[in-house]
Amino acid sequence: MSGNESGKIRYGMVIDLDKCTGCMTCAVACQQENNVPFREDETKKVRSITWLEVFYLDNGKPYPEHRKAYLPRPCLQCDADPHPPCTFVCPVNATQRDEETGLVAHIPVRCIGCRYCISACSYHARYFNWWDPKWPKAMEEMLTPDVSTRMRGVVEKCTFCVHRLQLAKDKAFVEGRQELEEGEYVPACVEACPAKAMYFGNLADSHSEVAKLAKSPEAFRLLEKLGTEPKVIYLSSQEWIHKLADNVV
Amino acid sequence: MTGENKQQSSGLLGWVLFVLGFAGALFVGWIVFPQLLFSTKYQPINYNHSIHQEEAGLSCEDCHFFLEDGTFAGKPKLSTCVECHSEPQGETEDEAKLVSEYVEPEKQIPWISYSRQPDNVFFSHAAHVRMAEMECTDCHQDVSGQTKAPPVKINRLTGYPNGIIKMYVCENCHVRENVSNACDVCHH
Repeated sequence: MSGNESGKIRYGMVIDLDKCTGCMTCAVACQQENNVPFREDETKKVRSITWLEVFYLDNGKPYPEHRKAYLPRPCLQCDADPHPPCTFVCPVNATQRDEETGLVAHIPVRCIGCRYCISACSYHARYFNWWDPKWPKAMEEMLTPDVSTRMRGVVEKCTFCVHRLQLAKDKAFVEGRQELEEGEYVPACVEACPAKAMYFGNLADSHSEVAKLAKSPEAFRLLEKLGTEPKVIYLSSQEWIHKLADNVV
Repeated sequence: MTGENKQQSSGLLGWVLFVLGFAGALFVGWIVFPQLLFSTKYQPINYNHSIHQEEAGLSCEDCHFFLEDGTFAGKPKLSTCVECHSEPQGETEDEAKLVSEYVEPEKQIPWISYSRQPDNVFFSHAAHVRMAEMECTDCHQDVSGQTKAPPVKINRLTGYPNGIIKMYVCENCHVRENVSNACDVCHH
C-alpha cells in the first residue's frame, strides 16, 4: 500500500469478486445494522440511501463469451495523503479521517448538508437525506441502539461499522488489553457474507489475512489512477473486471 | 445653592435606579431564568446512598458495575435490588414503595439519568475508568453519604439534564492527556 502510512493500524477490506454471488446479504445486513432509512416508494434509485451498493457488471459480449459479476461497494475509506477527496472539501469538519485507524468518519450532527463531499467522492459512496427517516412502528423497536439515526438535510455514508470498533475496544479494556486481536472488530457486511467473499482486518499488519490477500496478483482497486488510495481491495481472476475497475473500456 | 442640591439629588436618584436595575437584571438572569429554563424532577424512589453504604456495607461497584462485554451497567436493573429487597428490610416509606410498586409487579424502576448524553455520543466507561483510571466523581456528583436522591434539573428546551459534560470538556482533556480527538472516537 502506498498512500498514508502514518498509523500502525489501517483497517481495510478485501472482497473476492470470484466468490461473490450477488446475493445482497451484505447490503441488507448493512441497512439493518446502521439504521439506514428507506421510503415506502424506493423506485427512484438516485434518492435511495445504500451505504453498501452492489453493482452488476458484465463484459458486454454476447453468448458464449458473456460474463457477469457483482461488485459490492462500501465506502472505500480512501487513504490518500494528506486527505481523502471528501474530507478535504468539508467546510465544517464534519468528516475527517481518524489517523489512528484509517477510518473516514462522518458525523451527521455536525453536517450542514452542503453536499460538497458527495460531489468530491469518486465512488458515489455518500448519500444525502432528502427526508426525515421514518420507520414502520414495529421496526422502530429493531433499530440498532449503538448507531444514531440521522435527520433530514445531512449526508451519511458507510463507517466500516465504527460502533463495532468502539464496543470491541470496550471489551478489550475491561479484560485489561490495549490492543484488539484480529477478528474482534468486523463490520456487519463481512460478518454476514454467506459466500465468505469479504475479508476485514488491518492492512498495515503484514501478517493479517487482508494484507496477504492485498498483495495477490489478482488484487485491484477501483479507479486506481485517481490516486485516492482506497482501503477496499477487490480480487478477481477476470481480466475484463480489472479493466472495468479502471474505467478502461 | 438650591441648583447644586437639585443636581446632587438627581445624581443620587440615578445611582439608586441604576443599582436597583442592575440587581433586578441579576435576579432575572441568575434566578428567574434558570427557574424557567430547567424543570425539576424527582427520582421515583428517594434512594438513600448513605444507608446502603454504611448499614448494608455496599460499595459503589456492587450496583454500578461493568458487564462482561465491556459495557457499563450505569444504574442497576431491578434484579440487583431484588437480591436484598424481595421483602422489606426496614420501615421506610420509600422501601415499602419499592416493594409494592416495583418488586412485586416486577416492573423496572424508571430512574431519571443525571448525565444522559445525546444519541450520537459514545462514552466508554471502560476506557476512562479502567484504562485512564479516572475517578467516578471526576465527572459525576459525589453521592456517597447522601441520604436523599438529589433532584434532576432538566433543560426544557433541549431535554438534557443540567450539567452534563460538554464536548469542549472532553476535547480539552483528550488534548492534555494526548488521546485522539478524532470524531469517531466518541461519535457514532
